[in-house]
Amino acid sequence: MYNLIGAGLIVIGGGIGLGQIGGKAMEGISRQPEATGKIQTAMIIIAALLEGLAFGALILGK
Amino acid sequence: MNRTAISGILLSFLLVLAPLILLASDSQPSGEGNLIDTPEEINDYIVHHLQDSHDFTLYTDGETGHHIGFPLPVILWDDGLKVFSSSRFHHGETVAEVDGNYYSLYHSKIYKTNANGDLDLDEAGHSHNARPLDFSITKSVLGMLIAGILLVWGFGSLAKSYKKGPLPTGLGRVLEPLVIYVRDDIAKPNIGEKKHRKFMGFLLTAFFYIWVLNLMGMTPLGFNVTGQIAVTVCLAAFTFFITQFSGNKSYWGHIFWMPGIPIPMKILLIPVEILGMFTKPFALLIRLFANMTAGHFVVMSLIALMITMKAQFGVVASTGIAFFLAFFISLIELLVAFLQAYIFTMLSALFIGMAVADHDDH
Amino acid sequence: MEQLINDFSPGLFFMQILIFVLILFLLIKFAWRPILESLKIREESIQDALNSAEKAKEEMATLQADNKKLLDEARKERDQILNDARGIANSIKEEAKEDATKQAEKMIEDAKKAINTEKQAALTEVKTKVAELSLQITEKVLRKELKDSKAQKALIEDFIKDVNLS
Repeated sequence: MYNLIGAGLIVIGGGIGLGQIGGKAMEGISRQPEATGKIQTAMIIIAALLEGLAFGALILGK
Repeated sequence: MNRTAISGILLSFLLVLAPLILLASDSQPSGEGNLIDTPEEINDYIVHHLQDSHDFTLYTDGETGHHIGFPLPVILWDDGLKVFSSSRFHHGETVAEVDGNYYSLYHSKIYKTNANGDLDLDEAGHSHNARPLDFSITKSVLGMLIAGILLVWGFGSLAKSYKKGPLPTGLGRVLEPLVIYVRDDIAKPNIGEKKHRKFMGFLLTAFFYIWVLNLMGMTPLGFNVTGQIAVTVCLAAFTFFITQFSGNKSYWGHIFWMPGIPIPMKILLIPVEILGMFTKPFALLIRLFANMTAGHFVVMSLIALMITMKAQFGVVASTGIAFFLAFFISLIELLVAFLQAYIFTMLSALFIGMAVADHDDH
Repeated sequence: MEQLINDFSPGLFFMQILIFVLILFLLIKFAWRPILESLKIREESIQDALNSAEKAKEEMATLQADNKKLLDEARKERDQILNDARGIANSIKEEAKEDATKQAEKMIEDAKKAINTEKQAALTEVKTKVAELSLQITEKVLRKELKDSKAQKALIEDFIKDVNLS
């Protein structure tokens, strides 16, 4: 039960983080379309780090 | 262009359809002859699929309990090497007797038991029986071997094609841009123009090995190699050791005596940095494992909607819903298969790059 | 986490290390090394070709610039020469004019001088002639006057009359 609540919290946190990353990346791309490639790479790396964090927490809590 | 798109869609249909058929007709390994019907059974089936297996089963007839597939060799180290065929377990239904020792399969793992195959289970369902060291050619090991053969064959032919002329032909035309991609977009930006060459072997191998295994996991053959924690631990361990052994003075300096900050902070940062050394590859292994496991779980759960929603929507509607959901999530999984290989390689390159970078500015 | 550790199979881990090292070795030896070498050689040759093309272009540009410079210089020189020639021609013309004027003046002068001299000579001659003529006339007159002795005696007497011996 507590595991599930924890998992939900992790998903909320991760979702907010991913939303921030994606949203800011979109803003950046719309502001500077010529830097799309660089922004995407950086976005994927940061998203991957966040994902690692979230998955780590999920698995530790399981 | 059009033809490739159509054949791609057809292939994706096949990828989704085949496990659908398998799941629809497969039964519990218990062999009682019942079809999978309840959510509990579906969950058990998915968990069973996610685990490694000692035999290669493509299809099980639910009515008769008949398996279509082939057994794989079991290699155990238990007071001496013991090699026998997994057919002696009869898919976990019987106890295998080898040289006077008894072994039985429980949740795809081999335990040492008595002649009746009795297991000493605790409340969580874990067995406390002894586990012999299991070097079997399991389904995952078979998958690795197939992936290895594919890689050596594909890239070996690409390497050979350069002997004929400067431009590759056939399959090499597809593979060459991928190699250039890994070199120019993953290795060079993260490690640097001068030092990247030394690590190209590992990065390229890791990238294509993970990608091929991920894609093999998408086929109906049911491989789940990169979803095995042992495999991802091993891959991350390679990254970890390569990073540590190629770390230069400045890298170790940043771990044990962070320059540019007051001494109390330096002392405080030492355990944090040492922890960071281990959490980075840990995140790598967890990410790959969790992504692939979650991917398989989601695809199979969506396929299983066909069964769970049969009562509410009827056979045709539930099959249709399950098919379309599974189809689109499979497309996403194809992307994830690439993305996970990319991210594993990218972050490995990043960590290696941090270890070999010259910090002249400090 | 517990579940994960339980799922971890040391045997699979060992097999994975074995297979991965084998694949790594085979791929590095038979694939990555030759592929990366060939790619490097190809890219270097492309880079070389591009560089040489660039160089050729630059050379062409400098050649063209040189040509233009030469042409400009030639044009300038031609203009210079033309100008010089025109100047020289002008100066020659001027000189010739001056010379002509001078000569003309000199000739006029000379002519004037000559005329003067001639005039003087003529005048002198005329004077001499007149004197001669007067003498001759006088002589003739005298001869005629003094032809008879009577006249001579009259003259002498005249003279003597004039001469005052006092």
